Amino acid sequence: MKKDGLIEFRWHGRGGQGAKTACLLLADAAFHAGRYVQGFPEYGPERMGAPITAYNRISTARCSVHCNIEQPDYVVVVDETLLDTVDVTHGLKDHGAVIVNTSKTPAEIRQKLPGWQGRVCTIDARRISEETLGKNFPNTPMLSAAVKVSGVLEEQQFKSDMEESFQHKFATKPQVVAGNMAALVKAWEEVQAG
Amino acid sequence: MNYNDRLSGNEAIAFAMKQIDPDVMAAFPITPSTEIPQYFAQYVANGEVNTEFVPVESEHSSMSACIGAQAAGARSVTATSSCGLALMYEMMYVASSSRLPITLACVNRALSGPININNDHSDSMGIRDAGWIQIYAENNQEAYDNFLQAMPIGEHPEVRLPVMVCQDGFITSHALENITLLDEQSVKDFVGEYTPENYLLKKENPLAIGPYDLGCHYMEHKVQQAEAMKGAKKRILEVAEQFEALTGRKYGLFEEYRMEDAELALVLIGSSAGTAKMAVDLLREKGIQAGLVKIRVFRPFPAEELAQALQHVKALAIMDKAESFSAQGGPLFAEVRAALYDLEHRPRTVGYVYGLGGRDITPEHFMGVYDRLAEIAAGGDLGPTYTHLGQRG
Repeated sequence: MKKDGLIEFRWHGRGGQGAKTACLLLADAAFHAGRYVQGFPEYGPERMGAPITAYNRISTARCSVHCNIEQPDYVVVVDETLLDTVDVTHGLKDHGAVIVNTSKTPAEIRQKLPGWQGRVCTIDARRISEETLGKNFPNTPMLSAAVKVSGVLEEQQFKSDMEESFQHKFATKPQVVAGNMAALVKAWEEVQAG
Repeated sequence: MNYNDRLSGNEAIAFAMKQIDPDVMAAFPITPSTEIPQYFAQYVANGEVNTEFVPVESEHSSMSACIGAQAAGARSVTATSSCGLALMYEMMYVASSSRLPITLACVNRALSGPININNDHSDSMGIRDAGWIQIYAENNQEAYDNFLQAMPIGEHPEVRLPVMVCQDGFITSHALENITLLDEQSVKDFVGEYTPENYLLKKENPLAIGPYDLGCHYMEHKVQQAEAMKGAKKRILEVAEQFEALTGRKYGLFEEYRMEDAELALVLIGSSAGTAKMAVDLLREKGIQAGLVKIRVFRPFPAEELAQALQHVKALAIMDKAESFSAQGGPLFAEVRAALYDLEHRPRTVGYVYGLGGRDITPEHFMGVYDRLAEIAAGGDLGPTYTHLGQRG
């Protein structure tokens, strides 16, 4: 049950991995593009490694609904081990897509998603992050993949807004800006759909 | 002077505090309000505010520190949730009966047990009789706006009561959303300075605060306190009017959403009202006369005004996000029903308790409530007057 012009995302990750941060980054990027946004986490047990869910609503008018998202347009899975224990495509709309952080191909990942007929997209956010940032910070590549697959934001504006946002966020460590931008561009190029 | 940003509800409150720059903040961290003192402590560390930040060892102490500071003539603020608020219980009464207009940001969370960190209103509803003004927000914008209005309300010489500004834990406190902010100077001009007539450290005329009150005076003091709470309604509306002139955002004692000709209506508090608005819109598209009333000010309780707003409603659901174990529904249910008692033609009413410990509530749930109201309005059985919504089994 939702209004026109609203795109909804659900993020699956584990506590401490940054799914919530990626969700807030997407809200931030959409805010810069002039949208109305919601980005919010759903907490279970407060501990590192526990499955967490986070949500985004992105729309052209303020959204007053404040419940969890049961039927998202897109699902982003930051930790592929969750595919074994969480029904990540539950309620996902047929026209939507699931985007998984993995080194596997979309065809391989589809094997783990019985019943899901829609698009499966993959992105090796871990490798990209290690190559560009030297560490496993999957947020930026996952954000980039989610924006590209969903088409929720226009490419050029998204990239320039993110650069500005990184410059602001990492004002005291400018060397990190280039790494994050490289991760963003690389993920945009490498995300696979199947 | 208004500008757009995106902040979570907790960020919005911390930012409002920064713009106000109170004299004292005393706080002890507790989920989900922890971020408020955390962000504010950063403002203090960065020298962005002049506030004396008092890190204490418990919430009993944070409220005590606020009481001491406010009694000395300093404007003081704090933030808490759930068990933290419960630990303040004794001192909450001391603050209000000493007529100290402290401002408390309450981020609503279920009160144990079993232990639970998520949202309901059992914490602030449990303390509803402590003599504090209670103002509730639907979203981050309202949390910010209500916090800016709290001091001009509470500090006014005809009110002199402490104010709790409540918002829903996690649902709005941790949700990043668009918000329109005021520039700092406009906030400072609107909120003004705290200039109490008398205070503990006024050397020309020092004031004794909190002495023993014999039976020959106690009741007079309580009546004065009760009169102040009654009178606060007028001041709340005056401040809302001034705020609207500054921001264009209109506030009242409650919000009436599509109530002009509503035959089926809800009364509820907080973020779920936003979710219910979507159900109202869908029903209106089908030509069904649905509406809702969202309580903003629970203390003082707007009884006469609610009776006026609800008199044309045929069937009404009053929805509590707190199970008060009265065995006959939640506190909002009891008070709204009492408010309707003197009407010649009363709506038929049912009570729901929902959303306990973070149980999600969706537009579909509200559609089900309106379906039941439609049957009741058509002359159907009222059924049980008090039920729970959204639980299993």
